[in-house]
Amino acid sequence: MAFLKRSPWIFHYDGSSCNGCDIEVLACLTPMYDVERFGVINTGNPKHSDILLITGSINRQNEHVVKTIYRQMGDPKVVIAIGTCAASGGIFAECYNVLGGVDTTIPVDVYIPGCAARPEAIIDSVIQALGILEEKQKQT
Amino acid sequence: MGLHMNWILFLILFPLLPAVLLLFFRSVSIQKWIVLVASALVCAGSIGLAVTCTQAKGQYFPITSDIFNKLIVAGDIVLALVFLYVCRRLPLKRYWIPLLAIVQYAAVVWFDLSGRVPETTHYIFVDNLSVIMALVIGIVGSIIAVYTIGYMEHYHKKHPEIPDRRGKFIATTFLFFFAMYGIIFSNTITWIYFFWEITTLCSFIMIGYSRTKEAVHNSFRALWMLLVGGLAFAAAILYASSICGSVDLRQLLAMDKSVVMLPILLMSFAGINKAAQFPFAKWLLGAMVAPTPSSALLHSSTMVKAGVYIVLRCAPVLHDTAAGAMVALVGGLSFVAASALAVSQRDAKLVLAYSTIGNLGMIILCAGIGSHLTLWAAVLLIIFHALAKALMFLCVGTVEQMTGSRDIEKMHGLITRMPLLTIIMLVGIAGMFLAPFGMLISKWAVIEALATRNPAFPVIVIFGGSLMLFFWMKWMGKLIAVTGPQPRQDEGIGIEWFALTGLAVLTTLAVPLYPFVGIHMIEPLYGFSPMLNWNVIWIVGIMLGLILILPLGFFIHWKNLVHVEPYLCGANVTDTHQFMGSLGSARDWSFRNCYIDKYFSEEKLFRGALVGSIVLLILMFSMEKL
Amino acid sequence: MSAIYTTICYVLLAPLVGGLITGLDRIVTARMQSRYGPPVLQPFYDVFKLFGKANLTVNRFHSYYLVCFLVFIVMSGSLFFAGEDLLIVIFALIVADSFLVLAAYSTNSPYSCVGAQRELLQMLSAEPMMLLSAVGLYMVTGSFNVSEIASYGKPLILYLPGVFVGLVYILTIKLRKSPFDLSTSHHAHQELVKGITTEFAGPSLALIEIEHWYEMILLLGMVYLFFAFNPVVGVVAILFVYFIEVVVDNTNARVKWELMLKSAWLITIILGVGNLFVLYFVLHL
Repeated sequence: MAFLKRSPWIFHYDGSSCNGCDIEVLACLTPMYDVERFGVINTGNPKHSDILLITGSINRQNEHVVKTIYRQMGDPKVVIAIGTCAASGGIFAECYNVLGGVDTTIPVDVYIPGCAARPEAIIDSVIQALGILEEKQKQT
Repeated sequence: MGLHMNWILFLILFPLLPAVLLLFFRSVSIQKWIVLVASALVCAGSIGLAVTCTQAKGQYFPITSDIFNKLIVAGDIVLALVFLYVCRRLPLKRYWIPLLAIVQYAAVVWFDLSGRVPETTHYIFVDNLSVIMALVIGIVGSIIAVYTIGYMEHYHKKHPEIPDRRGKFIATTFLFFFAMYGIIFSNTITWIYFFWEITTLCSFIMIGYSRTKEAVHNSFRALWMLLVGGLAFAAAILYASSICGSVDLRQLLAMDKSVVMLPILLMSFAGINKAAQFPFAKWLLGAMVAPTPSSALLHSSTMVKAGVYIVLRCAPVLHDTAAGAMVALVGGLSFVAASALAVSQRDAKLVLAYSTIGNLGMIILCAGIGSHLTLWAAVLLIIFHALAKALMFLCVGTVEQMTGSRDIEKMHGLITRMPLLTIIMLVGIAGMFLAPFGMLISKWAVIEALATRNPAFPVIVIFGGSLMLFFWMKWMGKLIAVTGPQPRQDEGIGIEWFALTGLAVLTTLAVPLYPFVGIHMIEPLYGFSPMLNWNVIWIVGIMLGLILILPLGFFIHWKNLVHVEPYLCGANVTDTHQFMGSLGSARDWSFRNCYIDKYFSEEKLFRGALVGSIVLLILMFSMEKL
Repeated sequence: MSAIYTTICYVLLAPLVGGLITGLDRIVTARMQSRYGPPVLQPFYDVFKLFGKANLTVNRFHSYYLVCFLVFIVMSGSLFFAGEDLLIVIFALIVADSFLVLAAYSTNSPYSCVGAQRELLQMLSAEPMMLLSAVGLYMVTGSFNVSEIASYGKPLILYLPGVFVGLVYILTIKLRKSPFDLSTSHHAHQELVKGITTEFAGPSLALIEIEHWYEMILLLGMVYLFFAFNPVVGVVAILFVYFIEVVVDNTNARVKWELMLKSAWLITIILGVGNLFVLYFVLHL
């Protein structure tokens, strides 16, 4: 259905990011970029959201949390790994307690490189995610 | 004519028989059968009276023989001696408690024996208000009596230290019926006074049943407070017989207001006192130390209802007078103050006690104004309140026996532990405040009736009603929280089920039945009310239908439901009542209701209500001539 | 007969109009924040999307409470537009709100329950003024029936300015707008997540959204009653009042419940009750 495409609600989780990517995610919601134009709402609640944005790498401390949050999102859902750390672990990849990127824990649909990721790239990733969302809905 | 008279005499005198029998038969199974048969008879008698006899104007029965009158005087003397007897162990410094009894009885008996009380001929009467009261007492009262059998069984198992005097306890229940029927069918205030003091005695016995220190203390507090009301009643008798020249209630109510105002105000004062309005609220709050059936009885069908009944009788004189407005304000103050006080309580019985005081305040408010619309609302309130409140007390009593606590916080998730009982309890709570159940119909009637008056009155009802909604809702929320599988706690409830389901069904049935009661009983009494408009009845009917049909939705299995645990910021662990703490260990979380002590603290509000009500009472008596 | 038509119109059109107003609200809000904002039909997209999502539940009971909630809201509004007794309309609305609170309580989730308690406080703050305005309308028109109040003919606002201002004040609470969006809100990252709606997802959340539209139309209908002497003025008044609510929403931070309760009751007592007393003395002396 086309409605999913017109109303992507996002939920933003900060893994162990340096806050650089987080700031850029929030920048998308400001008047400068205004993603509400596309119906994007930052819900702050996994149960209400369609798209999970994760910044920062996954470590042993938050692995459980990320899994729980992912489980609590209703289908169809997509995950976007924002920034180099989320995509691969980045410069923290070799740390003693870091597992690596988000895909070590939950399936990731879109990867965005960058340190920090640009707001334009983030918006672009959400648009890409919409296509994946639609496909997922068709499958179910 | 003769038939009705016999019927009424049966209702008044019959309860004495089981009361006496229960004192003599100690065997539990025989007691059980006595209670069952007697309750059925009392109940059937009340219904029979209601079916055969509806009297708008009132039917008065002459009694030529003087023997009854003599009996009442003798009864007064016996009662006085009993009061002195129960006070025998009081410390000397509390001499004023027996003194209260001595003063009033000495005056009344002296007046009676010296022939200063004017002769009357019509001692007994019946009208629709009496019939409605009889129905409330007969049906609700007998259901409570049946519940008592099962309850006392558990009670004495749980409290082996308390001497088992359950025969006396249930006998007191029937003595209560005797007194209540006496009050509502007597047309002479000397007679009403006799029965009035019996109810005081009965509640004293019931409150002090367990003989613990607290129970004894509270029972004596109830005794002296209620004797103050008795004193006012005695003063009303003296004034009525010496100045007004009559103790016939019908004649008194027909007299000129300026002549009869003082005795009527004294009786209203006694009514306010018995209905546990501020400043006398304390006795009813203390009454909760007693076994629960007695609270149910005191709060719903008997005792406090006698108080509002007498004010309702006085309403024609109070109508459109400044003193009457003061009576109404005492009720209004009690309504708002008690509702606010209930917000900060977490003891279920205390919440119920405060809500009783509040609801009775609303009835007194209606009676004090005394227009036919408010009286309409008052009668509806009496009916609905008796049903829902009895139900609530019995539920709380059962929960306390099964779980060992009546703390509302500990009732969290009760629906998973005692599903059926919780549903019955929800009916009771809904009956207390939610549309379309009875109390809300009454509140509606009250606001409609009061809107034509001074805006102060509807404002009181509106604010009190909002507070009421608040404290009932948060209790309801506690009950229905679904906490996941829990061990069941509702095994071992026996005959109580009968009383609980019976009252729940009646609370629900009272809603579709109110138009019938309205048309056949209240309308002849007080005239037409907008509550009988077909539109109104239809809307209430539809709402009730929805409330009854929608629960079937529980049985529909929704498609595609995906079960997930509650949101805990992702820190969920297997147990839903725990979360992952920052050091990786599972920590408990729990949830408490808000009680807003800061604004609704018992201490401050109670004192304020006391002062306010005393000022209003003083104003009431000083406005007697206005 | 016309009562039936207006009722049917309400049941069918209220979600449409309510959704459109919400869409406009979001655009106006965006413009106030110098953003472009979503399309007007965005609220409908959201709701249709939610219907297509998985129905997540914590337990299978709370969906039932939500259905009751919707049924009673629709009933309340239908009674209003059928011209029935205003008091019973408000009482039905209270029943509906109660079901939402019960639904939240039944989930046994900390965020929902905090939201439920705040919702109760919101009801406690707003209910007196709602009922008081019904009493005020009665004192002027002599009837509680919405149809008779609406056809009274005189501008009721002139008799009840205090009551009207009070009603607009608590309208902020009822519409869940800042500074009184304590129990839930449309914006992101609240300290209580999404408050009362935290545990409702997919179709359940869509139901709540639709119910908000029904409720909004009902509340705006109450505003209309004060200007019913002239339908044009009435509609303008509704739009103006709603605009004021949006401005307030955008210029105020959320307050604590204490301030909400105190200020709502204070305004109810001073403006509402004060207005009624003045009216009473003018009418009776």
